[in-house]
Amino acid sequence: MIAEAGLAALWLATGFALVQVLLAWGAAKGADQAGGPMVMAALRRVAIVQGLLALAAFLLLVTLFVQSDMSVLLVVENSHSMKPLIYKIAGAWGNHEGSMLLWVTVLAISGAGVALFEKRLPRGTLAATLGAQAAIAIGFYAFLAFASNPFVRVSPPPLDGQGLNPLLQDPGLAFHPPTLYLGYVGLSVAFSFAVGALLMRDVGPAFARAMRPWVLAAWIFLTIGITAGSYWAYYELGWGGWWFWDPVENASLMPWLAATALLHSVSVLATRDGLRAWTVMLAVVAFSMSMIGTFLVRSGILISVHAFAVDPTRGGFILALLGLYIGGALALFGARIGTVKQGATFELVSREGALVLNNLLLSVILGVVFIGTLYPLVAQAAGVQLSIGAPFFEKAAVPVGLALVAATAAGPLLKWRRDQWNALFGKLLVPVGVAGVAFALVFALGGAQWLPALVLGLAAGLAVASVIPLIRRNLRRTPLHLYGMVVAHLGIAVSIAGMAADGAFKVERLAAIAVGQNVSVGPYRVELLEVRPAVGPNWSALEAHLKVTRIGSAPFDLFPQQRFFANPPTNTNEAAIATELDGQLYTVIGQGDGEGRWQIRAWWKPFVTLIWAGGAMIALGGLLSLIGRVRRERRDAEEAA
Amino acid sequence: MRRLLIWAPLALFALIFGLVAAGLIKPADRTIRSGMIGKPLPELAMKPLLPGRPGIATADFATGKPRLLNVFASWCIPCIAEAPQLLKLKQAGLEIDAIAIRDTPDAVRAFLARNGDPYARIGDDPTGKAQIALGSSGVPETFLINGRGEIVDQHIGDIRADDIPAILRKLEAAK
Repeated sequence: MIAEAGLAALWLATGFALVQVLLAWGAAKGADQAGGPMVMAALRRVAIVQGLLALAAFLLLVTLFVQSDMSVLLVVENSHSMKPLIYKIAGAWGNHEGSMLLWVTVLAISGAGVALFEKRLPRGTLAATLGAQAAIAIGFYAFLAFASNPFVRVSPPPLDGQGLNPLLQDPGLAFHPPTLYLGYVGLSVAFSFAVGALLMRDVGPAFARAMRPWVLAAWIFLTIGITAGSYWAYYELGWGGWWFWDPVENASLMPWLAATALLHSVSVLATRDGLRAWTVMLAVVAFSMSMIGTFLVRSGILISVHAFAVDPTRGGFILALLGLYIGGALALFGARIGTVKQGATFELVSREGALVLNNLLLSVILGVVFIGTLYPLVAQAAGVQLSIGAPFFEKAAVPVGLALVAATAAGPLLKWRRDQWNALFGKLLVPVGVAGVAFALVFALGGAQWLPALVLGLAAGLAVASVIPLIRRNLRRTPLHLYGMVVAHLGIAVSIAGMAADGAFKVERLAAIAVGQNVSVGPYRVELLEVRPAVGPNWSALEAHLKVTRIGSAPFDLFPQQRFFANPPTNTNEAAIATELDGQLYTVIGQGDGEGRWQIRAWWKPFVTLIWAGGAMIALGGLLSLIGRVRRERRDAEEAA
Repeated sequence: MRRLLIWAPLALFALIFGLVAAGLIKPADRTIRSGMIGKPLPELAMKPLLPGRPGIATADFATGKPRLLNVFASWCIPCIAEAPQLLKLKQAGLEIDAIAIRDTPDAVRAFLARNGDPYARIGDDPTGKAQIALGSSGVPETFLINGRGEIVDQHIGDIRADDIPAILRKLEAAK
């Protein structure tokens, strides 16, 4: 029954989305006529019901997984009755069909959110926005119904399911996809706003202010999702790396880069009425990157090492949707943007100027990642097989990234519209000094190479520069969004400091040692006390008992494991990590040589935790800014009323 | 100029769309082909794995008659599936040599007793070094060597019954 109800909810949602498009068309056409408000009110309700129906379908799928209903194919293929409850729930979206259902649910809920909360936008623009949102939803509902139905039954039902990819059986990863999807698909709202604004020729500060909280919210989720994903890869894959430039990772990085640029350009549009065309373009690009990312991941077209079979039906279907939506939006942009008047202008040396620079640099990085990710496809079309690795991305993106850090430091110190070079130099004196001293210290005394030392110097400079906007302000009357900016920029400084410290100072040791022997890494001595079996709910493991001693502090124990999952049979490495104030000790147990010796791999990674702490700060900064903006909007609305 | 710039994003997207569509229609060939095809056999000097049966040396191949060189292992499941086809090829008059990858004499003897023994020579490759020299990335793989000792073709994966005519045809062409 539940599966049928889920499918019914999905079809009903599709019907409501169709009605929503028609109503939106009517409301946008006749926005100023009598009866306009009534059509508008109906449109809002339809959007809300559509969101609730999609949510119902998703929750029904989760229920099927919780009940381990083995008459449903998706549950059979991705779950097992022995699995802990949290992973049964996560199993609902740890597969293609379920994750696409989650995707479209977030899309519909975002549309419902716009219908519910957006009060200030002109009626016509809002109607066009809701219409665009529903039009996107229809395509993905159709995709679910015709090419990825999650509610298919099997007959006869098997006794038990086939389990879930054990790599995904991890609390961090259980909640990683939903977070990322909230970010990915949250950007659909910005896309729909842009399409709505283009349709109604209404590109201005009001549109930017309406869009800003949605962009901010989506961006916060993306930031959290990427940070969490990076940490998951770090401790679960057992390679000690935190970013691999894998197509799947890039698929999440590209929307983030576009959203970061959008976040800054939308500020210029909201505050100064500048960068109209550019902001609209970015809003289209940001969600397009989300859709392309979804396509790349879901079609399996790029993931050659994981060798998922390319499913031409699904791939072709999503590709057609991409062509329709992205192509349609870009064509609309081309047709309409010429009629949008140029916004306010500004001098080169000004806050706007710095934000344009920020946007350009972010776009260049986005271009690099995009080319690097898609280049294997180009080569394939030319008949060559190749893959592009970290060296390309690092060589091409790092220099631009460093320029971006410098721009991030300078931007907030500039006045809107026009400023003086001299004034900027005056304000930058202290940060540049700090950066220089930090660079010299790390380079000369720390024995680091010049590039990591330079990054550490820049990080120190950025940290100082990012708190300057708070100087000589009444801290209690400083608006919350300003604190948000300061915290987020500080977070960037913290994060890149972690990256540079890990790059410059990490120590790696690989040793084959027998029980009773030890290996030293960095300030630690790691002794192998025992290798013994261990068991969990649906895995068994070989577990090493390591005694770790650091000079001047009490010894402690670490237990890295090699896990064997029975259903389906898979091995995973569970690294054991000790987190200290000044870094992490990362240990992995490898193969035994059959003569009593075991491979122990150990890394000492100074200050590596700063990478993710910085990511969390960036997200927190976004949150502060979001709360500040929403509060101020509400206050302004009250004053206006 | 401004008008052109406005349409640039759409043009760029159309380009990417076409590219991705091409990638979908013609999925990548994900097998790893040896770079050695068309070149002479690399220098091989493998000790015999089983007593009484010769090992593999490059000089054995330039005899004017084409041969198959089968890369296999007793621990490899598809190799069991492939065994009947190798026997059929042997019955067709073909000479087949083998390289045993990371294997032991006892295991190979048991494997051949159970699945049939099509091999004229078996070279011992305890580290997989010879396999790498051939440009082979897995087991089973079968190389077709012509009478001048050059690698003509590489078959990746187990030889199925319906692969046999094609192999015989290529063999004929290599003569």
